[in-house]
Amino acid sequence: MYWEKEIETMPREKLEAMQVERLKATLRQAAKSPHYGRLYKETGFNPDDFKSLADVPKLPLTTKDDLRENWPYGFLAVPREELVRMHSSSGTTGRATVIFHTAGDLNAWTNLVARCMYMTGVRKSDVFQNMMTYGLFTGGLGFHYGAERIGCLVIPAGAGNSKRQIQLMQDFETTVIHIIPSYALHLYSVFEELKVDPRKDTKVKIAFVGAEPHTEKTRRKIEEFYGWKAFNSYGLSEMNGPGVAFECPCQNGLHIWEDSFLVEIIDPQTLQPVPDGEEGELVMTTLRREGMPILRYRTKDLTRILPGPCECGRTHRRIERFKGRTDDMMILKGVNIFPIQIEKKLMEIPGVGTNFQIVLERKGFNDEMIVKVEVAQEFFDGDLLKLERLQRRITEELKGDILITPKVELVEPGSLPKSEGKAVRVIDNRKD
Amino acid sequence: MIVHQISVFAENKPGQLARLTRILGKEKVNIRATTIATTATFGVINLIVDDPQKAIKAIKKDGMMVTTKEVIAVIIEDKPGGLDRLTQMLFKENINVNNAYGFVLDSWKTAVFVVEVDDIARAQKLIEKAGFKTLDDDALSAVEPFHYVKY
Ligand SMILES: [Zn+2]
Repeated sequence: MYWEKEIETMPREKLEAMQVERLKATLRQAAKSPHYGRLYKETGFNPDDFKSLADVPKLPLTTKDDLRENWPYGFLAVPREELVRMHSSSGTTGRATVIFHTAGDLNAWTNLVARCMYMTGVRKSDVFQNMMTYGLFTGGLGFHYGAERIGCLVIPAGAGNSKRQIQLMQDFETTVIHIIPSYALHLYSVFEELKVDPRKDTKVKIAFVGAEPHTEKTRRKIEEFYGWKAFNSYGLSEMNGPGVAFECPCQNGLHIWEDSFLVEIIDPQTLQPVPDGEEGELVMTTLRREGMPILRYRTKDLTRILPGPCECGRTHRRIERFKGRTDDMMILKGVNIFPIQIEKKLMEIPGVGTNFQIVLERKGFNDEMIVKVEVAQEFFDGDLLKLERLQRRITEELKGDILITPKVELVEPGSLPKSEGKAVRVIDNRKD
Repeated sequence: MIVHQISVFAENKPGQLARLTRILGKEKVNIRATTIATTATFGVINLIVDDPQKAIKAIKKDGMMVTTKEVIAVIIEDKPGGLDRLTQMLFKENINVNNAYGFVLDSWKTAVFVVEVDDIARAQKLIEKAGFKTLDDDALSAVEPFHYVKY
């Protein structure tokens, strides 16, 4: 049940001692990069001064802006000829960031993805269909290599083309898939349209859902629809991509691999660490990367450490399902709102379909939130009053949660932009 | 007998009715009667057509949300008091009508009154017992010629 038993179940003291050693090496390696070399000089920081994990808050933080300002090679700690791969983040604002890997980095990354997949039950005999965009995005190649490392037969299906995806699943008896959660919800209607029953007509048993934050309810919905076991995957290109944190069979939080990453949760305002159990921004340091070490990277993802050990026996701590990104946060009439809050509420309301969209408008001095909600096909029975009650209920429930009265519009199922890539949930039409 | 009424969800945007009639026109589905119920932000279009199965297939294919509901199509006399005889009887039997509309079959002779009720089996029995004739989908598609009027 373990890919690397010794590492995965390593006692905490031993694991932390390993982290200190690896962090020391990382600090020395980082000194070779133009960015950190300059920073060390400016601040008088000496990697040899670092003695224990208690010293971590004294280390410099790294932001996406730092990566952008040092584009493209300012973070490189090895000569360029040592590099074998680059990836780029799906940056929605500003210039994309680039991450470079040496052969050793790729090997370590691949091993982590294999460790994650093996943890959920994937074995050599499995057929893995990777329904993710390949290319610069890490979700495609990251999983691809991880599955090959286990020895699976890998189908590099790529994203989109729903009918072909289902055909591939049937033809080659796919047992494991990797899919974006909102696309999984959409794909179900294609199964229905083709009159293919995923439970009877396919052999899929495990789905990795990742690359966008989603709620527990959405996961359960995917599991109910298809009869798959769905496991949450978390990663970001700055920290390789997928393989950073993953759910174990307990499906209660994601183990974050502390032999490869140093994990902190900080208050995004004060930048001070918060204790386990408290919510904050995830900050990570690479512990094994040689090509492009990154210290205390601010992920902008909000989560908390789940205190206590996990039943699966792994000692690496678990982070909770993500609440959202500090980036995704909408500020409306002075209230902070995350799209995932809206999603969570909507998914609890019977009659709500699989997709929704948030539109922000400015009317004079007033900001307005319009929430477009697809109605579930089976909910519609021609009764206007029933639809009105649904609309009212959605409005009330959202208001109760976000303290703002949204304008709720009911729309046809399948009419909102389908997310074969990342879901476009928020459209901000407010002009400053 | 029972007739299948089609109900279509119409979002709050222009051209939804035109979209629906275009779909049905292309499929050569004849609309016998229609009513529209709306709120401020959306509506439901109810239709009686000559070929409900074909209509539903085409509407679904276009992506509109559609459902069918069983309704009773009662033949009444197209003359003053013709409808009254039916509604008085429904009232007497305490049958609550959720929605109703009608159209003329044969001017000054016969008309059809479509009623949507909760307990359709009971209502149907009582309506037929009172001497009214009802139509089914086949009969409805066979009747010619057709004028339709919305009440
Ligand atoms: Zn576990």
